[in-house]
Amino acid sequence: MNAKVVMKRPDSLSKIDFTYCPGCHHGIVHRLIAEVIDELGIREKTVIVAPVGCSVFAYTFFEIDGTVASHGRAPAVATGMKRARPDRIIFTYQGDGDLAAIGTTEIVHAANRGENITVIFINNAVYGMTGGQMAPTTLIGQRTTTTIHGRDPKAAGYPIRICEMLSQLEGPTYIERVAVDTPQHVMKAKKAIKKAFENQINGLGFSLIEVLSTCPTNWGLPPVEAIKWLQENMMKFYPLGVYKDKTREEAKEGIV
Amino acid sequence: MAEKVLVKGNEALGEAAIRAGCRYYFGYPITPQSELTEYMSRRLPEVGGVFLQAESEVSVVNMLYGASCMGVRVMTSTSSPGFSLMQEGISYMAGAELPAVFINVVRGGPGLGDIQPAQGDYLQATKGGGHGDYRLIVLGPSTIQEAIELVMLAFDLADEYRTPVEVLADGMIGQMMEPVEFPEMRSLDTLPEKPWALTGAKGRKPNKITSFDLDPYKLEEMNLRYEATRKRIIANEQRWEEENIEGADILVAAYGTVGRIMKTVMEMARERGIKVGLFRPITLWPFPYKRLEELSKGVDTVFTVEMSGGQMLEDVKLAVKDNAKTPFYGRMGGVVPTPEEILDQIESLVKGSENR
Repeated sequence: MNAKVVMKRPDSLSKIDFTYCPGCHHGIVHRLIAEVIDELGIREKTVIVAPVGCSVFAYTFFEIDGTVASHGRAPAVATGMKRARPDRIIFTYQGDGDLAAIGTTEIVHAANRGENITVIFINNAVYGMTGGQMAPTTLIGQRTTTTIHGRDPKAAGYPIRICEMLSQLEGPTYIERVAVDTPQHVMKAKKAIKKAFENQINGLGFSLIEVLSTCPTNWGLPPVEAIKWLQENMMKFYPLGVYKDKTREEAKEGIV
Repeated sequence: MAEKVLVKGNEALGEAAIRAGCRYYFGYPITPQSELTEYMSRRLPEVGGVFLQAESEVSVVNMLYGASCMGVRVMTSTSSPGFSLMQEGISYMAGAELPAVFINVVRGGPGLGDIQPAQGDYLQATKGGGHGDYRLIVLGPSTIQEAIELVMLAFDLADEYRTPVEVLADGMIGQMMEPVEFPEMRSLDTLPEKPWALTGAKGRKPNKITSFDLDPYKLEEMNLRYEATRKRIIANEQRWEEENIEGADILVAAYGTVGRIMKTVMEMARERGIKVGLFRPITLWPFPYKRLEELSKGVDTVFTVEMSGGQMLEDVKLAVKDNAKTPFYGRMGGVVPTPEEILDQIESLVKGSENR
């Protein structure tokens, strides 16, 4: 027999079943991260800092050391870890409520210090675990359980674009927004996540990958329609792309 | 022990931490402890340590959480409003059983208060402070020399019981200068092993650190484990000082800066023919209830003096029960009582008992 393994469960994923709803994109992103950790051979020195929210259990889904930070504080926890053990690979996994509302202070300052960590930021424009309330990233007019007539900017302000905001800072090395709505996008997202980890391994500083994601349950849509809604609404307000890449700038400078 | 050196309290607290093997400090400036933050920024790089000035006390406590997860000795220092901001993170650290040392150089409150010495944070320190069932070990130094010793002890207790420990100082301890002796620098090789740390799942199953479980029965099990640790601490770690107890006319209960002032009061009282005994708790949690209860059986009055509206008084009453009267005298808002005014209070209490 000369059987070749073409697909297997990544070693960096634990045997625990995901607790996510059908159609939710957390599972795809988890797998991409696990594949990247496997490919980079860093499983035995990588630590996850999970957030509060649907992905609170993320620390159990990876076959690596891990903890749960208090709501929004994962970048501060990761800072403490990285400063204490610079040779370990530390990443946070945070939702939009966690990172873009209660945790804005921590993410801004970790980014501004150029903290040598990796941040995976899941943006699905809603608070999932608490049952579908307005998030900082909820679109104008989007209905949630706390904006039942749709988000009105006069009362609730505007959705916040994290990649655009953080890319204004001097500190960050690499900031990219990706999605996992199509196979092509999934492959691009994996490339971005891999680069975000490689930057840390090479001591290049702060990397953040924002992943536009669906929340069929709290959007009240079947999974396929949720992907369509993401493509037609979220991608317009949150364009995909590289917002900052110091490694590329430096490469350019090298050529000049 | 080396020769005596004249140092400011805040700097002594920092040096003591370094000598205890602490190489990681995260902090945010706040009066009256800023010299401690400044000292660590200068001193830690000299010993190969890490200093980081954070964006807020909320971030500070979470940086401590992260560093402690990695198995290193870590500390911060702050003053009352800053310590309030850290409460959420301290509750998480208690739940996650993460050792760390917090120095609170207490100032007048509530709210923004002022920057003078006070003892108004006793209840916050000893009864939990944040949410959930937990206690911190709380150590109350009354001199700078004692503060040095208690900071060293704090790191050992934190590691031994896997708990955050608070050194409850006040603006007087922080700002005063005194001649002190520093113990030798502790070799980092002698620090305890921490096999639970998140150092990477190499050749072992992944370590997970959390204060979290959605299953109430499992969370109760975790709480029972915390409680078992608390019971061990209560059984093993009560510390106090007692002085002039034999044949005392009155027993005074005081801690920290007031405990120190009481030394002067006792001498002055002797000149006026009054024998004053002192019971000075050093561990404010665990409070030495049992010893105070025993002592209260031999006196008419246990008089509590604090720089607060009567916070330790609650623990004194729990210990004394009906064995003796428990009057109280306190100054608040950062006012430090003079030995004379305390002595006047003692004199009228003693005379009042005699006239009865």
